[in-house]
This record gives sequence, C-alpha cells and structure tokens, in this order.
Amino acid sequence: MHIDLFDQYRHAHSPVHALDPRAKLTAALLFILAAALTPDGAWLAFAALGALWLAVALVSDVSLALLLRRGLVALPFALAAVTVLFTLPGWPLLVIPLPLSDGHLVISDNGAIRFLTIMLKSWLSVLMALLLTATTTFPDTLRSLRGIGVPRVIVGVLAFMYRYIFVLGDEVLRLLRAREARMAAGPPGLARRSGGSIVWRARVVGAMVGSLFVRSLDRSDRVYNAMISRGYSGELLWLDKPTLRAADVAWTGAFVLVLVLIELWARLL
Amino acid sequence: MLFSELAAPFLAPDALHIPDGFLSAAVAVAMWIVTAAFIAVAVRRASREFDDRLAPLMGVLAAFIFAAQAFNFPVAGGTSGHFLGGALAAILLGPWAALLVMSAVIGLQALVFQDGGLLAMGANIFVMGIVTVWVGYFVYQALTRFNRFLAAFAAGWLSVLVAAVVTAFLLAFSGTASLNVVLTAMATIHAVIGLGEGLITAGAVALVAAALPGRFDQQVAARKTDRGTWVAGGVVLALLIGVTAVFFASPHPDGLERVAEDTGFLHTAQAPLFNIAPDYVVPGLSNESLAGVLAVVLGILLLFAVGYGIARALSRRSHRQAEGARPEPAGKGS
Repeated sequence: MHIDLFDQYRHAHSPVHALDPRAKLTAALLFILAAALTPDGAWLAFAALGALWLAVALVSDVSLALLLRRGLVALPFALAAVTVLFTLPGWPLLVIPLPLSDGHLVISDNGAIRFLTIMLKSWLSVLMALLLTATTTFPDTLRSLRGIGVPRVIVGVLAFMYRYIFVLGDEVLRLLRAREARMAAGPPGLARRSGGSIVWRARVVGAMVGSLFVRSLDRSDRVYNAMISRGYSGELLWLDKPTLRAADVAWTGAFVLVLVLIELWARLL
Repeated sequence: MLFSELAAPFLAPDALHIPDGFLSAAVAVAMWIVTAAFIAVAVRRASREFDDRLAPLMGVLAAFIFAAQAFNFPVAGGTSGHFLGGALAAILLGPWAALLVMSAVIGLQALVFQDGGLLAMGANIFVMGIVTVWVGYFVYQALTRFNRFLAAFAAGWLSVLVAAVVTAFLLAFSGTASLNVVLTAMATIHAVIGLGEGLITAGAVALVAAALPGRFDQQVAARKTDRGTWVAGGVVLALLIGVTAVFFASPHPDGLERVAEDTGFLHTAQAPLFNIAPDYVVPGLSNESLAGVLAVVLGILLLFAVGYGIARALSRRSHRQAEGARPEPAGKGS
C-alpha cells in the first residue's frame, strides 16, 4: 500500500496552502463552532457560512467537485436525526399513512426546520474539515496540534500511528487475502456462504486480530530500538522554527471577524 | 488498484462516530472538557510507565486498532460485523494506555478521513475511548477469574452496548433525536453488533494468550486495578448516572420540547408522538422515555446475571478438567 493512499492532501501553491497551519486549524475549528452555534432556521446565516467556505475553497485551488463529493461522507448519519421530523411538535406539514396499521406519521414544520438545520451544520462542518485536510500536509497538522497546546505525547502517538497505518494496512490486506484463499466460496447464486457458523467466522476474525496484535507489538519494539539508535528522545523535531507572519494573523483575523459578524447577524435576523 | 477498492475496508463509518452538526455546541464543549481531563491524566500515568517508549509503542498499537477495524465478517443479509477495539485495547494494555490509543485512532479518523467531527471529537473519544475502555476493562477484570474468553466476550459486547446507549443520550441531549426512538434503535442495533465485537475480542484474547503466554500472564492476567483506575471508573459511572438523572429531573425531559418552547411553538403543538416499539417500555410508568431506559437497563442487568451464572458454571467445569487445556493455536487466516 502506498503511503499517500489515504492522504486527502492536494498539493497546490495557493495562499490557503501557504497559511500557517496553526492559524488554519484555529480558523477551521472556529468555523465549525460557529456552524454549531447558529440558531435553527437561520437560512441566510447558513448561506453566508457556505459563501465564506466557497470563497476560501476557490482561493485554495482545490477541485470543488472533489470537496463536494467527499463532503457527503457524513450523510449516512442523517438516519440518527430523521426522528426529529416526526417527534417535534408543530404544524403538520405532511401526513404519511403507515401500511399494515391504521397509524400515521406526521412531519411537522418544526421537525423539518430542525432536521434541515442539523444536515446543513453537519455538511458545512465536514466541508471545512475537508478543506483543512486538503490544504495542510499531515506533518503540518501535527505541528499545528503541538502549536495549540496538545501534549507532545499525543502528537508523537499520532505521528507514529500515521506512519504505520499503511504498514499494518498491508498486513491486514495480506491476512484478508489469506482468508479468502482458504475459505472457498460457492459461485454467486448458489450457496454464497463460506466457512462455518457465525461464531466460527467471528473466531477466525478474532484470531486474525490477535495475530495482528502480536505482530504489531513485535514491530513496536523494533521501531523503538531503531529510533533509539538514531538519537530519539521522545520529542518530534522539525528543522525550521514556525513563525507566525503578519499575513497569517491578518487573514485569520479577517476570517474570524466575518464569522463573528455572521453569528451576530443570525441572532438579529 | 483503485483507491476505493483498497481504502473501503478502512473507511467504514459506523453509528458511533458522531459527525459535527449532530451535537449542540454546549454538549460538544462539555464532552471536550471531560475528555481533555481524562487524557491529561492518561498522559501523565502512561508517560511514567512507558517513558520515551510511549510514543512508538502507542503509535504502532493505535495503527493496529485502526487497521483491525478493517476486519469484518459476514453476518447475514449483506450486513457484516465490525470491530471497534476499545475493550480489546483495555484488556491487553490496561485502561490508561488504551485511552491514549483509542484517542489517537479517533483523532486521526477525524483529522484525516472526516470520520467523526472535530468539535464532536471530545464526545467521540468519551464514547469510544473512555466508556468502551472502562466498561471493557472492569467487566473483563470482574469475570476473568471464571473464564477468560467469556469475560473477553462480555467485555466486548457490553462495551459496545453501553457506548451506543451513551451516544443515544448525547444525541437526545442535543435535541438531534428523540430519546425514546434513538435509544431503542441504538440499543437494539448495537446489542447485535456488539455480539460480533465480543466474539472477535474473545478470539483475539485467545490467540494472544496462546502466542505470548508469558507476556499475557505477567501483564494481562495478573493486572491489579489501582486506585486511580477505580476513581476514574467511578467518575465514568457518576457521569453516566448524572447525565441520566439530569435528563429526567429537568422540567423538559425531551430536549426537543425545550427547543419547541424556546421558539414559542409549544402551544400550537399537535404532539404527533410516534412510538417505534410500544412493547419495549415497562408498564406502569407514565414517562415513556424513563420506562424505555429502565427496560434497557433491566435487560442489560438480566443478561449480565445470566452471563455471570453461565461463567460460574463453566469455570467450575473447567476447574474439574485440566487447567492446561490450551486454546486453539494461530488462526486459520494468518
């Protein structure tokens, strides 16, 4: 597996890419917080947040189609919020008769407003997180986490983890391939089920997880010894010292100011 | 190979990774504060125990949990059982190290793959990194003297079930879903999903105990719960009880009703209350949400009692047989 298989970073030379990662992370988090604080049904405020996102996305030179497509990643979770359509009291908008019984579901206006609001908040937040990931390399993200006060141990764990998910991902694919090779499946349409009972299959997976753990433990020993022999002392090192430029402060300040104005406006609407 | 083909197993969203937007700002920030406190303690304790080994060891093991979540096994009708890993990490590494490992997994999933939100990360770590870890740890510690594998199974199953119940409460608190419906749905679905988690956890513990017997006996079987871990367990329990109590003590049991009242619509309410499972409630209680919660809690306690009984019976039998009956060695898949 190649190391950048999962990487959502899209390289480009844009002002957004050049921005200090700490400033970018802070701005993105504040954007998501602003989306969470926007009152229900403040459609104009959501439109303004969307426009703000669009402006940054256009400047960033990352493909909009890509961002919008990946932005649907949280969509399945909408199922968890579907119930508010029916349970929130309000004027009935739509009555759906239930088959097989004489009951019916009522979609209320408040329910619809709440549901749309939740979906918009979620979509805007995911889009902003995507934009952050697409314009910041992972080492820069780590550095920004360290910059905003995340303990060095956590940042170190994240760094090692990111390095090894690809190696262990390869192990997983080998284990899965081995399982495929040993568990003959019938042709489609016939008995498709391969292997024994569900308990038997789960035990096989359990053994796969266990052997992956044993291999990972061995690997962590080797990694540690290799790091020690190269002078590792527990802190991740970067060659250059990050400096906050005036442009970083100005752009982030302007971004946050717009966020505050949108939130104030949403409450005065 | 195609990105989607290779990456698909690693990017399977499950119902416990809450995205941003589904939690209210107050709930998300409160969960961040609780989670940050736990992580701060975990960093201190784990640093003392592992020194500069910590980052490489925990990093590779976090990658292990991340990769292990890609394992699935077909259950029925096109659905598959997945693996969360909190209970297994707690059993093998102890709760504090497991908390760090799970936090790293959840953090990376949110930062790189948008699997779970950034503002909601505090809640996600609380549910998947604190609740699953402490439930898994204490259930395993309580039952392991009867039967190691049954204990691992119960730890895996209960950890997922309790995590799902907590998620339902957080969503209901945020006014994102009605407690009645979301609690029933989450508890039912995860009571089934949790079986897969329990079986995989038991299988993994069996293999690790067989492959690394010395290490397992020293570091896992002989682990003593120290005071800090008990206190943390108490804090988790108090939080769970507190959340439930606050929920029902408030004059507006359903967060949604409060929203409705705030917006001034309550007097026009038509109250089309819709109950997905009318038989699921305990009779004789007027408050349906409360009755639903009680039903879930009673069910869990009952199942726990049954499991405890089976475990005792099994352990008596296995004591009569030879102690050295080794579990089946390396899995078919490796």
